[in-house]
Amino acid sequence: MSDGYTSDEMMTVAAARALSDGTSCFVGIGLPSAASNLARATHAPNLVLIYESGTIGAKPDRLPLSIGDGILAETADAVITVPEIFNYWLQPGRIDVGFLGAAQIDKFGNINTTIVGGDYAHPKVRLPGAGGAPEIAASSKEVIVIVRQTRRAFVERVEFITSVGFGDGPGTREKLGLRGKGPQQIITDLGILTPDPRTCEFAMTALFEGVSRDTVRERTGWDIQFAAVPEVIAPPTSHELTALRKFKASEKASE
Amino acid sequence: MAEIVPLAQAVADAVHDGDTVAMEGFTHLIPFAAGHEVIRQRRRDLTLIRMTPDVIYDQLIGAGCARKLVFSWGGNPGVGSLHRFRDAVEHGWPRPLEIEEHSHAGMANRYVAGASGLPFAVLRGYAGTGLAEVTDTIKPITCPFSGETLMAVQALNPDVAIIHAQQADRHGNVQLWGLAGVQKEAVLASRRAIVTVEEIVDELQPRPTAVVLPGWAVSYVARVPNGAHPSYASGYTERDNEYYQAWDPIARDRETFSGWLADHIYGETAVHR
Repeated sequence: MSDGYTSDEMMTVAAARALSDGTSCFVGIGLPSAASNLARATHAPNLVLIYESGTIGAKPDRLPLSIGDGILAETADAVITVPEIFNYWLQPGRIDVGFLGAAQIDKFGNINTTIVGGDYAHPKVRLPGAGGAPEIAASSKEVIVIVRQTRRAFVERVEFITSVGFGDGPGTREKLGLRGKGPQQIITDLGILTPDPRTCEFAMTALFEGVSRDTVRERTGWDIQFAAVPEVIAPPTSHELTALRKFKASEKASE
Repeated sequence: MAEIVPLAQAVADAVHDGDTVAMEGFTHLIPFAAGHEVIRQRRRDLTLIRMTPDVIYDQLIGAGCARKLVFSWGGNPGVGSLHRFRDAVEHGWPRPLEIEEHSHAGMANRYVAGASGLPFAVLRGYAGTGLAEVTDTIKPITCPFSGETLMAVQALNPDVAIIHAQQADRHGNVQLWGLAGVQKEAVLASRRAIVTVEEIVDELQPRPTAVVLPGWAVSYVARVPNGAHPSYASGYTERDNEYYQAWDPIARDRETFSGWLADHIYGETAVHR
């Protein structure tokens, strides 16, 4: 990555840019929280942040340390219970963007946060599980995923579908009755993947400055396709970097 | 009417070996002190229910209290894995742990059904996920009006709910505020309920976002200041983020964990409430 900023910073900035001002965003734990708070601090002051802990319109002036950080409730437009946030806000399709992280993701955008290796009853590695993600992935109008691109994380097919992307490919979401459009972008530390409208397979359609196709291939577990001319993403502006680094101290504490 | 008793008595009376126990508090008001008392009284064969079995359930599982876990997200928030939970699932230490796994939406709806006296709840969820295949308490159901296929989840009706709140009055009426999670539903779904509180006051003052549980819906109230630590009680205490980070190396190793149990739960220097 170029001088002056890290690939993680570029990833967070690119993810923040994906959130338009005024939209409602259901914010997952971890990387999504950093990116959506950055968006609110820069180009999207009216972004509505919704956390599964029950806060609608949280306006933290520092990065929350967890989804239960008191600053979310103190600054929110409304504080509601967990059944309400899922049943009244997410399920009817009121949320514009579901913003998720992933442990493992496949070429159809399906997410695994349940097990790696072995089988379900005898996993080699037991991951935390679903949390709110399956229904966020199902019912948000669209989904954005932010995840570091590695061969371990980017696999041909996930071992366990915790949250459905495009399932087996075209037509799966419709067949399952999932109302949202599903994952529209996967933002990584190398660039941005978007789904091919015909095959639903994710392809690299944008690259960060200085990232080669070979690097992308090395860090992807399937035979990844590229846009004919991938867009080159502009590096972070000084405004974005300053805002992001102001968050950094609290971000460190949360990792 | 709720009895106001010391925590040790509430746990001794309400929590029995083999019970199904729900300790709730979603990222806030987590009933740590009560969980520690359950470990201290060496309860066994519990079915533990919790949406987010974080550090408190890592401690209960590592101490051998649990036979089964019903949950939707098992991690140390902002830190990483629950090592005791993982050791139990991956290696059966200190004993095998059966799991029944859901999503947050599913768990929340299961409590709502339980509190409502219904056998199941209906939601748009789980379609196409592996959870629908591995979990018996998730089943497709056809809407009798539209013919649409939705998902049913079985109600939760625990033997005991345990929660922490900011205040109770002298009649055992309970008030909690801030992030209210799923505690009201958990208490109303359960046969018995223990509420630990920061403070017992003469009269409850109405608060924005408050959840009030009438004393006759609660079995026991115990005064336990800072009883959510390292979680917090909005208006009273702050979340102890360092504790969550310090937990990671303690829980990583069986011996270190056993030493922690001896020192902090069973030992003479442990804080008895």
